[in-house]
Amino acid sequence: MNILVITEQREGKWNAVSSETLVAAQQISAAQSGSRVTGAVIGKGVRGLAEELAASQLAEVLLVEHDLLERYTPDGFTIALRQAITQNKPELVLLPHTYQVRDYAPKLAAALGKGMIADCVGYRADKDKIVFVRQMFQGKTAADVSFVGTAPWFVSFQAGAFRGDQIARGAAPAPITPVKVDLQPEQIRTKPLELFREAKQAVDLTQAPILVAVGRGIKAPENIPLAEKLAKLMGGELAASRPICDEGWLPMDRQIGSSGQTVAPKLYLALGISGAIQHVVGMKGSRTIVAINKDQNAPIFEVADYGIVGDIFELIPALTEALEKK
Amino acid sequence: MKIAVCVKQVPAKDAPLHITETGAWIRETDIGFEMNEPDSFALEEALRLKEKHGGEVVALSVGPERTKQVIKEALAKGADRGIHLADDKFFQLDPLGSAKSIAAALKKESFDLILTGLQSDDQGFGQTGVLLAELLGLPHATIIMQIEVQGPRLKLKRELEAGWFQWVELPLPAVLTIQSGINKVRYASLKGIMAAKKKEIAVITRESLGIPHEPTQRVERIYVPQKAKHTEFIDGSPKEAAAKLLEKLRHEARVL
Repeated sequence: MNILVITEQREGKWNAVSSETLVAAQQISAAQSGSRVTGAVIGKGVRGLAEELAASQLAEVLLVEHDLLERYTPDGFTIALRQAITQNKPELVLLPHTYQVRDYAPKLAAALGKGMIADCVGYRADKDKIVFVRQMFQGKTAADVSFVGTAPWFVSFQAGAFRGDQIARGAAPAPITPVKVDLQPEQIRTKPLELFREAKQAVDLTQAPILVAVGRGIKAPENIPLAEKLAKLMGGELAASRPICDEGWLPMDRQIGSSGQTVAPKLYLALGISGAIQHVVGMKGSRTIVAINKDQNAPIFEVADYGIVGDIFELIPALTEALEKK
Repeated sequence: MKIAVCVKQVPAKDAPLHITETGAWIRETDIGFEMNEPDSFALEEALRLKEKHGGEVVALSVGPERTKQVIKEALAKGADRGIHLADDKFFQLDPLGSAKSIAAALKKESFDLILTGLQSDDQGFGQTGVLLAELLGLPHATIIMQIEVQGPRLKLKRELEAGWFQWVELPLPAVLTIQSGINKVRYASLKGIMAAKKKEIAVITRESLGIPHEPTQRVERIYVPQKAKHTEFIDGSPKEAAAKLLEKLRHEARVL
């Protein structure tokens, strides 16, 4: 099977879900004989990233470059990637399920008359086909979805569905093939303007290796510094569930969950978070999850590797003290 | 400005979901339905644009007879008329199939602006708006948090990840998908509910549109996800539990 992974970068920096999607491609191809995986980099002046990508175990790297691809537009990316797909002829096109992919990938698939299975959390290779697993009803149910009709088939994977650090390196760098992109300014109807952040001390929690998250159990804004101190001692960042940000106790950019950020750190410590599905979808891909909650039936324990049933106002100081001692 | 807003009827948030024996869908008897939350923000945005710039708001929904309820709700809040795209087997359609039907219905008129919510709370495909734009040959922008009308163009605030936003501009006509929280959704007034009774809901069957479509994907089975993890509970006094936890994080999980 010929698999094409379309990676994502912005201003020269990789989106972390890109490497997770490459891992998905490598795993799918390993189970199918005669498979080859190609990685694509799209933008302007991204040869350096293509060279970086070529160190991974890939048959080929496609370099999709054009002056008009410097900044993302759905028209520019759709037109350019359509040409890359025509050249590479993949059967399976894998993408990270980012906001940008949500913005153009269904259009790209439809432009080719094809469908896309979006926001998948896994796959299963059956005898003669691959079944993709995605969530429905906001995570209350899962669904097995398979493709009907002819390739190419488009799939996007949710952040945290695969472990980005499991990426296989190649014995030698993969060859880099430039794609000749034919793109005219008048084909791009959207005009991208400036990028900005609203929160003053904006933080990218998706890049933090350790997160200490607080929920309703923290009770009052004056208790937040307790968790903040613990986060600092652990070398991590402070995060929160939606109610804490809605109350204004922490800025919105600290929010984890379906309406906030999706993260997959190596350690996620949930303090006084009940584990509503809207929160869990944003953090369940974390490598190790610790939950501390006084309610032993809290759903957060369903995704936790380690659990402590207890009072966070006793356990936060105990953890802080033990870490300070060391 | 002539605005179409696509609203979907989905199971109510607190509805207890039971999967049918065949695993094809959920049991629809005995549960309540409501307007998909992001779509209610899209509707509100459409109404505000009309109030500011004049024009008409048309609410469109696809689904079985019960779907009319969300159209009536939209009319009660201030939409001018409704289109019910009647389809008893709507839940079986793939995203491209749904979008083709909606696009065919919208094509009968010429709208300046088409709004949808960014995704549905039931299937959560999150593709309809983008597909409509492609099928209708219109520019689009997704996950919109602010709309400014500048003559024949729109200036839009798009939500990106990790606390980032971006301003983008595009020409009308266009398709936008709206993010929850863009505005504060209104309630229908009693006057609005009374007025809605006189408003028109055009019914179009999906078959009558005669759209050729081969499904691109098939949902084989819906099921309750299995608990993926075994949780190791740590007990003892807070001091003991804290020490044991840190020990495990350092030497067993090796994440500290």
